[in-house]
Amino acid sequence: MTNFAEIWVYLSREPLLWLTATLAAYALGDACYRAAHRAPLVNPVLIAVALLAGLLWLTGTTYKRYFEGAQFVHFLLGPATVCLGYPMYENLPRVRRALLPMGLALLAGSITAVASALGISYALGVHGEALASLSAKSTTAPVAMGIAEKIGGSPTLTAVLVILTGIMGAAMATPLLNLLGVKDWRARGFAVGVAAHGLGTARAIQVNPTAGAFAGVGMGLNAVLTAVLAPYILKFFL
Amino acid sequence: MIHALLAILAAQLAGETLSRSLGLPIPGPVLGMVAMVAALRLIPRFAQLMRLVAQGILGHMSLLFVPAGVGVVGHMSSLGGQGPAIFLALIVSTALSIAVGALVFVAVARATGNLDD
Repeated sequence: MTNFAEIWVYLSREPLLWLTATLAAYALGDACYRAAHRAPLVNPVLIAVALLAGLLWLTGTTYKRYFEGAQFVHFLLGPATVCLGYPMYENLPRVRRALLPMGLALLAGSITAVASALGISYALGVHGEALASLSAKSTTAPVAMGIAEKIGGSPTLTAVLVILTGIMGAAMATPLLNLLGVKDWRARGFAVGVAAHGLGTARAIQVNPTAGAFAGVGMGLNAVLTAVLAPYILKFFL
Repeated sequence: MIHALLAILAAQLAGETLSRSLGLPIPGPVLGMVAMVAALRLIPRFAQLMRLVAQGILGHMSLLFVPAGVGVVGHMSSLGGQGPAIFLALIVSTALSIAVGALVFVAVARATGNLDD
C-alpha cells in the first residue's frame, strides 16, 4: 500500500488537487453567504481566498504550484467577460434609453474614483510608484496594469489594489446604496461596475439582472475612460 | 453547448487579436463582449444558443476571481509601510465612487424624465 506521503507528493504536483480545492473553498464561502441570509459582508470570494491562503501556508505550497491548478478557473475570466454581452443584449433598449444618465454617471464616478484615491493617499503620505499604481484601481485588472505601467506604477501592486477594490466594492455596494435610498437598479448596477469592475459586476448579477447588465456596461466604459483620464489626474499629485 | 462555447472563445480571440494588433487600451475580452452583443443583435437564433451557457458562467462569476485573490495575499507585503494609508484610501474612494456614480445617474434620469419601467 502506498503511504500518504507518496500520494500527497503525487497529488500536489497535479493540477487536480488545487483546482478542486478552489471550487471547494468557493462552495464553502457561498454556503456561508447563504447561511448568513446573503449578508453582504459575508463575501464568498473573501472567505474562499482566506481558506485557500491558509491552506497553502499550512501545506507549504507555493502560489506558482497552486496556480497550476487554479489557472483553469482564472482563465474563464475572459470568456465570462464576453458572456456579459448576453445580459447587455437583453437590456439593450434600456441601455440605449439611459445613455445620458450613464454618460454623466460614468464621468462623475470615474473621476471620483481616481481623484479621491489619489487625494486621500497623498494626504496620508503615499508617494511615487504606489500613488501611480492607485490611479487605475477601479478598472478591470488587465487595463489597470497597462495604465499603471505607462504612468510609472507597478503592475503587480496595481493588480493587488484592483482585487482589493473589487472585494470592497462588492461587499459595501448593497448596504451603501440602500442607505442612500437609490432604488433604480440601473443606477445601482452601473455605479458598481464603474467603481468595482468585474468583482462588483459579478456581485450585481447575483443581486438583480438589470443591475448586472448595467454593471457590465459600466465596467467596460470605465476601462476606456480611466485609460484616458488617469494620467492627467495623476499629474496633480506629482 | 459546444457551439456556444466556440462562439464565446471565438469572440474573445477576435477581441484579443484586434486589441493587440491596433494597440487599443481596451482589453480583448471587453472587445469580445461588444462583438457578442453585435452577434446577438444580428442573429436572433444565436440568443437561444447562448442563453443557458452565458447565464451558467455569469451566475458564478465571483468564483473566477478567487485565484487572483489568493495571489493578492502573497503580495500584501508589497504595500509596505504604506499599507494602512492605501487601505483607507481604497475603502473611502470605492464608497465615494459608488455613491457619486449612483446619485448622478438617478439625478440625471429624474431631470430628463428617463425613468425605468
